[in-house]
Amino acid sequence: MRNAWLIARRELGSYFTSPIAYAVTAVFLVIVGYFFGMILYLSREATMRYLFYNVTTFLLLIGPALTMRLVAEERKSGTIELLLTSPVRDGEVITGKFLAALLLWLAMLALTLVYPLLLKAFGNPDPGPIFAGYVGLVLSGAAVLALGTLASTVTANQIVAALLAFGLSLILWLTDAMQNLVSGPLASFFSYLSLSVHFEDFPKGVIDTKDVIFYLSVVAAALFIATRMLEARRWKG
Amino acid sequence: MIEVEHLTKYYGDLPAIQDVSFGVKKGEILGFLGPNSAGKTTTMRILSGYMPPTAGKARVAGYDVVTDSLEVRRRIGYLPETVPLYHEMAVRDYLAYMAALRGVAKPAQAAERAMEACGLTERREMLIGKLSKGYKQRVGLAQALIHDPEVLILDEPTIGLDPRQIIEVRNLIKGLGGSHTVILSTHILPEVSQVCERVMIINKGRIVAEDTPERLTGRLRGAQHVHIQVARPARDTVTSLEAVPGVLGVTDQGAGSYEVEMALDADPRAQIAELVVGRGWGLLELRPVSMSLEDIFLTLTTEDAAAAPAGEAQAAEAQNVGGSHDGRHARGGQSR
Repeated sequence: MRNAWLIARRELGSYFTSPIAYAVTAVFLVIVGYFFGMILYLSREATMRYLFYNVTTFLLLIGPALTMRLVAEERKSGTIELLLTSPVRDGEVITGKFLAALLLWLAMLALTLVYPLLLKAFGNPDPGPIFAGYVGLVLSGAAVLALGTLASTVTANQIVAALLAFGLSLILWLTDAMQNLVSGPLASFFSYLSLSVHFEDFPKGVIDTKDVIFYLSVVAAALFIATRMLEARRWKG
Repeated sequence: MIEVEHLTKYYGDLPAIQDVSFGVKKGEILGFLGPNSAGKTTTMRILSGYMPPTAGKARVAGYDVVTDSLEVRRRIGYLPETVPLYHEMAVRDYLAYMAALRGVAKPAQAAERAMEACGLTERREMLIGKLSKGYKQRVGLAQALIHDPEVLILDEPTIGLDPRQIIEVRNLIKGLGGSHTVILSTHILPEVSQVCERVMIINKGRIVAEDTPERLTGRLRGAQHVHIQVARPARDTVTSLEAVPGVLGVTDQGAGSYEVEMALDADPRAQIAELVVGRGWGLLELRPVSMSLEDIFLTLTTEDAAAAPAGEAQAAEAQNVGGSHDGRHARGGQSR
C-alpha cells in the first residue's frame, strides 16, 4: 500500500499544478454557497438537510470532473507504460488513483464546514444529522469516484471517461425509478441498487450499516473491475 | 541474464515478432537494430513486462516476464520509445517519485545521483514540460538508471539529441556495460558499432543476423574490395588489373577510379600498386573498402535479401549490393 500512497500523493500534486482542482473546487463552493443561502432564506431552518440532498446531485457532475483524467491521461501521454513496468501492482495503481480523488473530495467537503459553523453561530442546529449527512456525502462520493476511476481506466480519452462516469453514476443513481415498471422482489432489487436511495437516511441523522456496506461494496466492486481492466492488457495475447 | 526463447507476438492477425530467440550475458551491451516497425519495441515491451507474448518464453535474471513480472520489474530500468514524463512535475520531484516507486530506500539521494549522471543538475527545479527535447530524453534516461538496475532496456535512447549529447549518452551507456546488462534499440548504425558488443538485426519480426559488429561486417563481406584512383587511366587498365593474380573482378567507375574485388585469402594490393606505378598511370589513391554496417543492414533488410537463407547467399547478395552502389562504398570506407 506504500506504492498506492506514493501514486496518490503524486496525483494530488498534479491536481493542484493543473487548474482542475481549483476550477472544480471553486465551482463547487459557489454552487453550495448559493444553495445554502437560498435554502436558508426560504426555510428559515437551522438545518443542512436540504442542502445535503442537493450536494449529492452536484456529485454526479463533480465526480467525473475529478476522475476523468486519473488513468486516461496516463494512457494518452504514455506514462502508463512506466507505471506498469515499475514494480507496482495494478491494484495499487488503481487504489492510489482513487485515493487521490477521494482526498480531494474530502478537502472540498471540509471547506463547506463553514456553513454548519455559520448555523451554529446564529442558530441552534442539531449536530447529529449534520454529522451523519457528511458521512453520507463522503460515502456516496467515494462510490461515484470509484465508478469514475473505473470509467477512466477503459479509455485514453478524458471526455469519454467523464461521460462514461456520468452515465454510470446517473443510471445507478436512478435505478429506483424502475419500481414504476416492475414490482415485487425485482422492484426492491432495483431500489437496493440505487445510489440515491441509500443516501436518504443520512441527512435525517441515521447512519445505517446497510447503507454504509452498500457504498463500500460499490467502491470495492468498481475498483476491482478497474484493476481487472488494467490487467486485461496483459492477457490480450 | 536475459534469455528469450521462440518469442512470438501477434497484434490481432498481424505478427509483430515471430520466433525470436536470443540471450544476453551479464554485463553485455546488445544492440537491437532494425527498420521502423521491425519489432524492436514489441520485444522490449515484452521484456519489460508491459505486455505478454502470444507464445514463447522470456526470462530476465532468471525470472519469467509473465509469471514473475513483479520480480522482473524490480530488476530492470526501462526507457520506452516515447519518453513518458509528467510535464507538470519538476525534474527532481519526478525522479524522486520514480525512485520511490522502484523501492529505492533514499529517493531524494538517488534523484541527485541520477541527475548528476545525466547532466540534469542545473535543470533540477524546472518543470519537465518546459525542458527541450534533449533534456527530456535525459530525464527519461535518468529515471531508467535511478534504481541502479541489473538490466537496462533502452528503446532508442539517443533519439532527438544533438550530436554532442548523443556522444555523451553513448559514453554513459558504454560506461554502464560490465556492471549492467544493456539492451538498446536504434536505427542509427554507427551507434551500434560504437556502443555495442553484439548486434542483432531484426526485420519484419524475425532476427536476420546476430554477431559482434566486427564479425558481422567480416562475415557478410565475402570478398575484399579495394578502391583505386589513377591520374591517367589507359584503355587496358581494366584488363591489366584483372590479370593480377588474386583479383576476381574490376569495375570501372569512370574518371580513373576502379573498384577491385579480391579473393579473401589473397592480398594482391602490392602487385596492384606496382602495376599501376610501373605503367605510369599515376597512382592517386589505393584504399581498402569494407562493408559498413549500413550496407549489411540494407542488405539484410531489403525485401528479397531478407528472404534468402543465411550464409553464402547473403554474402553473395552483400557483394552485389556493394558492387553496384559506389556511393555507399565511399561512406563505408570512411566509417572504418
